[in-house]
Amino acid sequence: MADLRDLYQELILEHSRAPRNYRELKPADHSAEGYNPLCGDRFTVYLHMDGDLIRDITFQGSGCAISKASASMMTQMLKGKTRSDAEELFSRFHKVVTGQPPANGNKPDLGKLAVFSGVSEFPTRVKCATLAWHTLQAALEGKQDAVSTEE
Amino acid sequence: MSTVAGLPQTPRPAGLHKASAFDVQKVRADFPILRREVHGHPLVYLDNAATSQKPKAVIDAIVRYYEEDNANIHRGVHYLSERATRDFEDARKAVQLFLHAAHTSEIVFVRSATEAINLVAQTYGRVHVGADDEVLITAMEHHSNIVPWQLLCDQKRAKLRVAPINERGELILEEFERLLSPRTKIVAVSHVSNALGTVNPIAAIVKMAHARNIPVLIDGAQAVPRLAVNVQELDCDFYVFSGHKAYGPTGIGVLYGKSALLEAMPPYQGGGDMISSVTFAKTIYNKVPHKFEAGTPDMAGAVGLHAAIDYLHGLGMENIAAYEHELLTYATEAISALPGVRIIGTAKEKAGVLSFVVEGIHPHDIGTILDQEGIAIRAGHHCAQPVMEFFNVDATARASFGLYNTKEEIDALARGIEKVQEVFA
Repeated sequence: MADLRDLYQELILEHSRAPRNYRELKPADHSAEGYNPLCGDRFTVYLHMDGDLIRDITFQGSGCAISKASASMMTQMLKGKTRSDAEELFSRFHKVVTGQPPANGNKPDLGKLAVFSGVSEFPTRVKCATLAWHTLQAALEGKQDAVSTEE
Repeated sequence: MSTVAGLPQTPRPAGLHKASAFDVQKVRADFPILRREVHGHPLVYLDNAATSQKPKAVIDAIVRYYEEDNANIHRGVHYLSERATRDFEDARKAVQLFLHAAHTSEIVFVRSATEAINLVAQTYGRVHVGADDEVLITAMEHHSNIVPWQLLCDQKRAKLRVAPINERGELILEEFERLLSPRTKIVAVSHVSNALGTVNPIAAIVKMAHARNIPVLIDGAQAVPRLAVNVQELDCDFYVFSGHKAYGPTGIGVLYGKSALLEAMPPYQGGGDMISSVTFAKTIYNKVPHKFEAGTPDMAGAVGLHAAIDYLHGLGMENIAAYEHELLTYATEAISALPGVRIIGTAKEKAGVLSFVVEGIHPHDIGTILDQEGIAIRAGHHCAQPVMEFFNVDATARASFGLYNTKEEIDALARGIEKVQEVFA
């Protein structure tokens, strides 16, 4: 049986209660809205880019503890990183939350995001953990329509 | 076959002495799935508004049909086809008696309540609703009683009107009446709200609409498993429900329609069984209800639904309604006593559904933590996003009760919610 404490780790609960970078970014040169129609989670991710560099990243919206903490920690990790850093981190994060073994057999370096490894035991919650990341991707690609977890 | 004639249609429980005649432990023994464990705990299944579990009698009837009678129907040159046809038509008779319809020809088998509503929208609606006409629904409808009408209104450049609800989740009847206009061509209302549990005053709604010659469709998906339904007393024009929410199998649903309306409606889908003769120049359609049953239907589903109806009749819809009312009252007290918990939907007339939110905790997290305790509830918008918007919540947690649930299970739910609050403390 999966342990609830593996899913709801203290750091996740803490971020869900007090999300970081939780504000609209004005002016934002990129933003996108992400939506999970199954549970109603909805977030907007705002970016201020300098070329390929993420100068600032914030988010706003509503959702469960997993999706909110994931968004909060994502913004913390990516401030000052490049676009390709972000894409690579998402790819590693995605593997961990979906329970896929890392390509080289080594434990991927996720930093604090490792607290989300428990999500892989709860398949119905994977979309919660990845919603903000999909939204970020849409923002980077300049998509106009809201991204949905069901597409 | 047993009949269900004489059951009252009112949802009010007859009294607790009736409910105590209901032996829930005996009922539970009829449902094989209730013996299983989930995450090391006995299953506490409180997602009955999504789908109900099936008694052994239903599962056995489907197996028996496939092992002994299976053949295609209405093509009866051989023995098995005759048997299968009889099984299918017997099921129709059982549904007729269950709903207290006047004729078997008023019972159309479809896939689900959803399909039944789409059928009415695209046949009756296509003929009678034109540009600038109006379709009237309520603010508490399931998406399946919103979207088919939106599709129709888009096709016909008609308008969808929505009668508002109050903060208890009750239809505001005066507002509803005010919205009935000379342009209103059909009214579509749920009997019991899936998100709030509200029981709508159907008889009054029908009377108001009929006073203006407007037909009424009732979405009975949540009512049929919980209340005795008498379509002749309600005098509604269409009544729809799904088998799987009423302890029957998935894939079978029912459209009841008054004979005169069904006969005047064009067919929904074309194909085999819905015709009486076909040439490339002209096709003559079959009689009702077969006109609306194109293609090979879900015979096994109909047989399973028949078994479910017999099962419900054996317990008595009056007893079921009384027992579930007792459960709902108990649950409402137990859950609303918990600190930080708010019940969404507090109508005076309610059945079977308890939607709630817990302060500071998203319903999705509640659902996951309860699941670890073996407790199955629904978390989300319950296919009723406008209802969520009205109550200014993104989602709710919803416990919905069935005839096999117990007070001990409600106690387990209350303990589970306390555990959720501990995790988030």
